[in-house]
Amino acid sequence: MDYLLSESQVMIRDLARKIAQEKIKPVAAHYDESEEFAWPVMKILAESDLFGVYLPEQYGGLGGGILDMCLVTEELSRACGGIALGYAGTGLGTLPILLHGSEEQKKKYLPAIASGKRLAAFCITEAEAGSDAGSIKTTARKEGNKYILNGTKQWITNAGEAEIYTVIALTDKAKGVRGASAFIVEKGTKGMEFGKKEKKMGIRASATREVIFTDCEVPAENLISREGMGFIVAMKTLDTSRPGVAAQAVGIAQGALDCALDYSRTRVQFGQPISSFQAIQHMLADMGTQIEAARALAYSVARMVDSGAKSVSKESAMAKLFASDVAMKVAVDAVQIMGGYGYMRDYPAEKFMRDAKITQIYEGTNQIQRNVVAANMIKETLKK
Amino acid sequence: MNIIVCIKQVPNTTDVRIDPVTNTLIRDGVESVINPFDAYAIEEAVRIKERCGGKVTAITMGPPQAENALKEAIGLGCDEGVLVSDRKFAGSDTWATSYTLACAIEKLETYDVILCGKQASDGDTAQVGPGISTHLDIPQVTYVKKISEINEKSAKVERMTEEGYDVVETPLPCLFTVVKEINTPRMPSLKGMMRAKSAKIIKWTAADLEADPAALGLDGSPTRVVKIFTPEPRKGGEMISGSPAEVAKELAELLKGEVV
Repeated sequence: MDYLLSESQVMIRDLARKIAQEKIKPVAAHYDESEEFAWPVMKILAESDLFGVYLPEQYGGLGGGILDMCLVTEELSRACGGIALGYAGTGLGTLPILLHGSEEQKKKYLPAIASGKRLAAFCITEAEAGSDAGSIKTTARKEGNKYILNGTKQWITNAGEAEIYTVIALTDKAKGVRGASAFIVEKGTKGMEFGKKEKKMGIRASATREVIFTDCEVPAENLISREGMGFIVAMKTLDTSRPGVAAQAVGIAQGALDCALDYSRTRVQFGQPISSFQAIQHMLADMGTQIEAARALAYSVARMVDSGAKSVSKESAMAKLFASDVAMKVAVDAVQIMGGYGYMRDYPAEKFMRDAKITQIYEGTNQIQRNVVAANMIKETLKK
Repeated sequence: MNIIVCIKQVPNTTDVRIDPVTNTLIRDGVESVINPFDAYAIEEAVRIKERCGGKVTAITMGPPQAENALKEAIGLGCDEGVLVSDRKFAGSDTWATSYTLACAIEKLETYDVILCGKQASDGDTAQVGPGISTHLDIPQVTYVKKISEINEKSAKVERMTEEGYDVVETPLPCLFTVVKEINTPRMPSLKGMMRAKSAKIIKWTAADLEADPAALGLDGSPTRVVKIFTPEPRKGGEMISGSPAEVAKELAELLKGEVV
């Protein structure tokens, strides 16, 4: 389908595709198996300027928007959803600064992110604050010209690898979510440590660790926006980033379909390629159609974000939940088409299936996304 | 340091088809790309620039659409591109091609290093690089796998041989043809591609080069391609089956019969 991308968006997509197919696809199984962080690939992405596609030119970026970031994420995910997350997770960690940071903060942090010299990470989830993000317990106590952070963030993407962390912590416990604030914490700050690397079902090339703050002193100028704005910063960040999860899901689904389609044309049973059987054809047709629908929705919402729309909560939740459900279904069907070969770890289909699952879970489970969608729909009827 | 890299557009296929009537490559419907070996020359040129400073000029002789190859080279880090294009160059063999490229290189102000891929993936002659150095009367080192030292005056390089490698020291200017062992070409960068999009390619015709007209194109080509053909695939061998003793006996008989 022609999405009427701009000339530079086509260039971005094609370069991301080239890198994904030539530099990521051949190493995806290795990083999945070894669970190493794919620094050599991050270096290639950095040198190709892909980290800066969505950042303004005055901070060293290329001046594009969320759609540009989605195009990159999708193409990388088509080769490996885990490696792609090193890129996409940096985007998530960067958005609080881009959306709510001061001019000084943007000048200080964005150029290093745009050039890919430093990765970023976003820290909100805690052991007892997942879907219920409002019940975070990490605190930030102001003392003179600094804040003292205490608490443990859990399952943080890029933790340990990234150098710039945006962290949501309570500056006023009594106020609940209205007492949350957002901070920039640099790796190496005294009192900041990382927990062990988590062992995951999928996206195993992505690093996931705890981030532990023990009397961690953060300069007061690292507060993003104002005290009490933390939850708003977080929600706005997630509304903006969700089309990126949708793009990751679309990429994973496309990668799974690529495998299944190739396989169906070469696998001969009953004297003919299995792609000649209607049972297989109908599965392939449904997979292709669902992916295109998910892509169309993801791109539309990304464009809506880039247009400066005031609220995109409902639409970005729809894109994330739809695309990730499609990714899971398509990846399961890809394994099914490939039969025994699909189930073997020598072939990439099962990896796409493992990688797809997380997209239904993180950045808000799909159940929470449905809550958001329904709540917005009901709110809209009340306005009429 | 002024670095020149000579590149060629070739069909992007390993299955090169030849028109049986004209004995030329069938280019219709085949995408053109930078000759894969030239990609290593471009990368090495950019690395020398990063080491020593200076400027990289990519140069190609070809039809107008070869401009795309030069833009791609700029996207990969070259500073400027020169397209040498004229109908008068049509039919050039490797001698006329290297003469034409040498004329274009002489027209550039100065040069310290000239890099070429070891050969093109379509013609596979490996003659144009050495030809250029001959026309320019400068030293050449072919099949370079490493540039160990380089400064304004000289270079020390490793030249691949069948048994190992030679270490060669040469004064500059010098022409090097490079093998794929020399580096891993980088991916293009978006900023490079944006720069390439707006980059102005220098275009020279035969008249601009002030070349000897008799030495150009078909007239300037001492060689003629009489015929290009795909060799017949080798016929399958004969299988002998049986016990080892029987097989050995039969094989011996056959060999005797053939008077090997």
